Amino acid sequence: MEEKKLAIIATKGSLDWAYPPFILASTAAALGYEVQVFFTFYGLQLLKKKLSLEVTPLGNPGMPMPMGMDKWFPILGMTLPGMQAMMTAMMKKQMKDKGVASIEELRELCQEADVKMIACQMTVDLFDMDQAAFIDGVEYAGAAAFFEFAGESDICLYI
Amino acid sequence: MADFNQELDASGLNCPLPILRAKKTLTGMESGQVLHVIATDPGSVKDFDAFAKQTGNELLDSREEGGKFFFRIQKS
Repeated sequence: MEEKKLAIIATKGSLDWAYPPFILASTAAALGYEVQVFFTFYGLQLLKKKLSLEVTPLGNPGMPMPMGMDKWFPILGMTLPGMQAMMTAMMKKQMKDKGVASIEELRELCQEADVKMIACQMTVDLFDMDQAAFIDGVEYAGAAAFFEFAGESDICLYI
Repeated sequence: MADFNQELDASGLNCPLPILRAKKTLTGMESGQVLHVIATDPGSVKDFDAFAKQTGNELLDSREEGGKFFFRIQKS
């Protein structure tokens, strides 16, 4: 049986959106897939050695809030300084309590499973990002390189 | 005599950790050996079934008892 291939484009850099690419990549690798994840734009935040990902309830009416805050707390209240940090801390605690892996852990499992992580060179230049801030093993490439793998993939996801 | 060679307690862990830990443990085992997994994630029932089908390792049995899920997987 030939190895199946999964190609993912990760474009988002918030704590909640960091989960789908790493969960799917690590699980696919465990199932025997060859996996490549192409990180572009805000998705590049997921490659930083020191992750400082946050979650925001702003512009996200689907986010369940503690103590029914979404029902009685005005949206504008979410813009107060410290709200995002507080929401992030609460989300992280909830995840830990429920036995959900941290992004660091899932990313490490991806690395162990030889998931290839590719950073979009154009975005790295655009945002003047320092390659030294990224984890080891990251490759730098562009759209054409992505298609070389994605064109042969069995599953291709844009996240 | 235990009817497995190794045991993995994935209690309290949520998707996809039970699968990832099981895969890791199986990697260190020999063909024909049996891994016993204990999990509390209800989603793991379908997940271990799918894991077995896709990896070729055989799911010998899958059962629930007192809110816990038990799987025996034989390495291919």
